[in-house]
Amino acid sequence: MNEVPVTLWVNGQAYAVRVSPRKLLSDVIREDIGLTGTHVGCEHGVCGACTVWLDDRPARSCLMFAIQAEGHAVTTIEALAQHGQLNVLQQALHEEHGLQCGFCTPGIVMTMEAYLHEHPNPTVDDIRDALSGNLCRCTGYQNIVAGVQKAARVLAQNSSGATSAAGSGSTHLSEGGREYV
Amino acid sequence: MKPAIFTYRRPATLHEALKLLEETGDEGKVIAGGQSLVPMMNMRLARPEYLVDINDLDDLRYIRPFEGGIDIGALTRHGDLERSAILRRLCPIVPTAAHFIGHYAIRQRGTIGGSMAHADPAAELPLLAVLLDATLTIASLDNTRSQTAREFFLSMYTTDLQPNEILTAVRFPVIPPGSGWSFKEFSRRAGDFALVSAACTMQLNSSGSVEQLHLALGGADLIPIRVDASIASFIGERPDARWRQAVAKAALNDLEPMSDVHASTQDRLDWLALTVDQVLAQSSLRANEIGEQASHTPEEEKP
Repeated sequence: MNEVPVTLWVNGQAYAVRVSPRKLLSDVIREDIGLTGTHVGCEHGVCGACTVWLDDRPARSCLMFAIQAEGHAVTTIEALAQHGQLNVLQQALHEEHGLQCGFCTPGIVMTMEAYLHEHPNPTVDDIRDALSGNLCRCTGYQNIVAGVQKAARVLAQNSSGATSAAGSGSTHLSEGGREYV
Repeated sequence: MKPAIFTYRRPATLHEALKLLEETGDEGKVIAGGQSLVPMMNMRLARPEYLVDINDLDDLRYIRPFEGGIDIGALTRHGDLERSAILRRLCPIVPTAAHFIGHYAIRQRGTIGGSMAHADPAAELPLLAVLLDATLTIASLDNTRSQTAREFFLSMYTTDLQPNEILTAVRFPVIPPGSGWSFKEFSRRAGDFALVSAACTMQLNSSGSVEQLHLALGGADLIPIRVDASIASFIGERPDARWRQAVAKAALNDLEPMSDVHASTQDRLDWLALTVDQVLAQSSLRANEIGEQASHTPEEEKP
């Protein structure tokens, strides 16, 4: 089966596996590395359930071969909660009832976490646009949108809180911070 | 949904990649973002014997302005186009249209070179390349050639790219200040392939009449087409609602878009007429806006 040795960096840890070049990254993450939080739905890039980060950018792990990820940092849903504590987006989705069966949730979290990092102040339309690449058949999306909105608010508060703790009280984080240093 | 077995190669340089393609011939296939190729491989619509992964060729990922245009490396991701301040200033139709490609995660991976080489008749960037008369740079082991987009696209999923060649760059012209522009597409759901699309650039003279007009259509034929010849007689007139309707009618004259499970030929023609009307309207508005801004240049302002 023309297997070759591949070393993958997943969630900051190296994994040495032997895989066929045709084996999808999603399958290697689940079957060879044993991290089953990454879900496999459609296997052709439509449903978004398998979304992971490749060098901190969201990517469909079913549209990549594991061998292509060699030399890159892969991050999966397992890396987001720290010490058993959900991260801000996960907590917000939980509080807003943004999931029911949960199958699509890892992909949604990996997509929207990256999206919020790039767009900290999204409108509802922005959120819906970014979410359009992740299919959810339970929620009707309303509560996912609410959860993402809540996460954006909490993240904004957290960062402005950090600034006021530094003494500026300004919402312009970096500028305010520097002014008062 | 698992791809067939293939041999994987990951060259470190363009030269090495081109050498591999010489060796593999018809059995070799270049993979860049893989956002169209891998689904096709998963469904076994594509079964390359050799996969040549060019993702390590960092030299092919850039957006570089020069006098009159912008060079974009083939490995530049759609997300790079969307985020580009240079493109937003010099050729804003590119980041605007790039936002309509697939979904957020897809755009972080898919590349401009891949989109051109794949030549999906519904794709956004090939439409812009035809509209703006983009030039493509194509390398093989012993030659580098340039080709216009209109020569490059031959048919559905078919280009002039040979098995031993790699598309390395796409050159777009600057959209000059004072030019209106617009891109619109019609699809059933966000992120779906467009059923039809249209893109336009337009210049107005000082009295508000159309001085220059370029219009390209997607989903109207097997490849994106520019219909400037069909609408040339409308230049010199004011772009009001009646004019837009007449232009749309002339642009679609003699076209027979395909009919399939998603839409009939007539549906596509109707949506094309609507989409053309929208891009003409938005282009004329933008041309007016920019014209006004230009007449209020802030250089003379003194606070």
